[in-house]
This record gives sequence, structure tokens and C-alpha cells, in this order.
Amino acid sequence: MAGKLRIRVDQDKCQGHARCKSLAPELFELDEFGNAHEIGDGAVPAGLEDKAWLAQTNCPEIAIDITED
Amino acid sequence: MSNAAPVTDWVHDFDHTDPRWTENPFPIWDELRAECPVVHTKRFLGVYLPTTYEAVKEISYDTEHFSSRRVVVRNVRPEPPQPSPPITSDPPTHKPAKQLLLPPFTPDAMKKLEPRVRAICNELIDAFIDRPSVDAAAHYTKHIPTRAIAHMLGIPEKDGDLFIKWIHEILELGIHDDATLMRAIGDMTAYFADQIEARKKHPTDDLISTLMNARDKDGQPLSDEHVQGSLRLLLIAGIDTTWSAIGSSLWHLAKTPGDRERLLAEPQLLPTAIEEFLRAYSPVTMAREVMKETTISGCPIKPGNMVLLSFPAANRDPAMFPEADKVIIDRKENRHAAFGLGIHRCVGSNLARMEMQVAIEEWLKRIPDFRLDPSSEMRWSEGTVRGPRQLPMLLGKMN
Repeated sequence: MAGKLRIRVDQDKCQGHARCKSLAPELFELDEFGNAHEIGDGAVPAGLEDKAWLAQTNCPEIAIDITED
Repeated sequence: MSNAAPVTDWVHDFDHTDPRWTENPFPIWDELRAECPVVHTKRFLGVYLPTTYEAVKEISYDTEHFSSRRVVVRNVRPEPPQPSPPITSDPPTHKPAKQLLLPPFTPDAMKKLEPRVRAICNELIDAFIDRPSVDAAAHYTKHIPTRAIAHMLGIPEKDGDLFIKWIHEILELGIHDDATLMRAIGDMTAYFADQIEARKKHPTDDLISTLMNARDKDGQPLSDEHVQGSLRLLLIAGIDTTWSAIGSSLWHLAKTPGDRERLLAEPQLLPTAIEEFLRAYSPVTMAREVMKETTISGCPIKPGNMVLLSFPAANRDPAMFPEADKVIIDRKENRHAAFGLGIHRCVGSNLARMEMQVAIEEWLKRIPDFRLDPSSEMRWSEGTVRGPRQLPMLLGKMN
């Protein structure tokens, strides 16, 4: 079985399109400027892997990194 | 419309105001893209057009060689007019100007505005739902963003016709007519100067007051000119664009019964469909001015030229989007650039998305059956914001 996924939003790349927050609100939050951050340490709870990938593949700035623990 | 000679060689002599481009630009872009990632025309005093997603992206991220001080390609190139920060700003002044505008436009802020937009949509529909036909561009799509941005700014929603007149003069007539453009900018500036003066006496809690109360990093208030410039930007950028995006989406649904029926059956698909409408019918082409010689996707780029930064053409690039010329309303992977890429990402993107969602949702709820009216003419806007300006629809089931 694949390892646990971890997400990270690159703050230098994020421009606040907010696609990730819209597609995976369980995994991303926005700051007062609307820029995205991963919630907590970015660990993706079981069952939300597809949403993590959906957010990653819809980010126009390619600002979301996904790694496998 | 320009008086320029009709185009016979799109690759070396394109004209984005040619009536064929206005009517249906997609095959032209396909032809240009097949030829070169960046094409050039001598018209408009020299303009490059990147045709691929990659070239558009490279230019968007390159603020060293490409300046935003002029964001509209025109027949004349006088000294840049009064700035409208942050859209006409480059680093390092861009970021502080943009950060002032971001908090009022977050998705959470838009949720608070949503009930007003829903009410606007229903008031508009009430006025024509009993008729057999309607020009949806004139009676629906136009008024939604106009009233929403007026509501946010704290200016009368009934002044909407005035705003639309100025925007038409600035974005369409202004391409060829400097006097009209300057007069429209002057009228708009005077309008906002009055609004600012009124709030100095009687402060309000709208976006105009928010900007007036903002402080820069040294704790100083913005100049009236800065506030006026940002207000011009919000009004100009907030109306034609979303008017176009809602109109193109309804146009697609009117002529594509399969997609319409699917959205009626699966309303939860609408946000995904809206992203696809944004990709396939992106309304906004921006512009840059070349400041230094460089190379984009292997093509030499020389200063003295403008760039038409065509997000719409990028979004139709088959190297980036499989079946790019097809509208696939459940497209899963969609990194479209309709709201730009890089630091100039549209500040109103969350507003635009909310307006599109609510406008189409309410229309489908109340008018599930509609189609294009073949007896009336459809008309698209000219220039760098593309969308239906006449959208004749027949309402109700076909007899």
C-alpha cells in the first residue's frame, strides 16, 4: 500500500487563486489575503488522498507539493 | 471598429480588432499556434502575441522584461495615463498596493455578498420571466456584476448605465480614439473624487472608505490619486469581465442542451463546469510593454513593442489541455489561466466565481428551458474583453 501523503503550499508560488480551498477545504485554509496554507502539518487523512491530488492538479501556479511518507 | 485594412496574413499581420477575430478567434489562434509560440504584428505600433500556454506563462512571471504600466493595446502610445494600482504596477510597488485590495475579496468576504447577488439575479429574472424571449446580455448578465461591484464600493446601483458607458469608451472605443478614452477616464475620476469628498465628511463602511482608511507601510494614508486609481480599476475590471463570463456560459448552455440537462440533473457539478467555461471562454486578455530585449519560447522579443497576453489563447493550447477545443463540463484537471498567472492574479477572481455560480444557478432554477433565438443577432464585444453583448434567447419549452 502507498505511504501517507503530505501536502505543502509553496508560499513563494501561491497567488491566492483559492482553487485548493474550494476543492479540498478539509486540507487547505486561506489567510487574510486569501493565500493558501496546508492545514496543520499537511498530513492527508486517509480517504482524502483523491482530494489532495485534485487540488494539486488544479492549482494554476503549481504551488502545491505532495510527498509520500 | 478600426478602419485598418482587413487581415490577409494572420501570422505576420494579425489584428485583434478584426471582425473575424471578434466573431470567432479560436481557429485563428490555432493557426497562429501551429506556426509559432509568439507571433508579431506591426499594427498597433508593434505587438507580440504569445499563443501557447507556456509562452503566456513565461511572460506572466517575467516582470523584469515585461512591464504592466500599459495594460491595453491601442493605436496610439502616449505617456502612460494615470496609474490604476495595482494592475498597472510593477515590483516593488505592486505588492503593497495589491495587499490593500486582497482582504475585501477573499472567498469568505464573497460569502457575505452572495445573498445580495442572489437577490439581484432574481429581481432581474422577475422582470422578463413571463416574456417569450429576452436579450440576456442586456437584461441579465450585464447588470449582475455592475450592481454587485456598486454595492461593494458603496455607490448607487442605479448608476450602472453610466459605468458601462465609461467602460465601453475606455476598453473598446479607446483602442482607436484617444480623446474618448481620456474623457471617460476624466469623468470617472471626477465621479470618484466626489465620492471620496463625501466620505471625508460622512465616513461609510464600504470599499471606498476601506481604501481611504488604508495606511501604507510608513503609516501614511494613500493619496487621493491612488484611491481614485484603484477605484477606477475595480469598476473597469469588475464589470465587462464577469458580464462576459456569465454571458458566454449561458450562451454555451443555450446551444448545448446535453450540458444544460446534465447541470439540471447534477447541480453539484456546476462549480466544475464553471471552471471549464472560464477555460474555454476566458474573457480577459491582458497586455504588457516590453522593457528589455529577451527571448520567449525561443522567439526574440524586442523593446518598443507591446504584448497581448492572451490567457484565452493559452487556455485553448492542446499541449496543456487535452481536447482543448472541446468544452468538457466535468474536466477534472484544469489549471486554466483565466484569472492570470503570477503576481497579477485577478484580485476579483473570488467575486467573479461567486457571481458566475449564483447567476447560472438562479437562471437554471427559474428558466430550465432556453435556447438561442435564431431570428435575432448575437453580438460579441470587440477588443481584449470578450463576451456576448447581445444574447437573444427564447425562454420556455419548444412548442
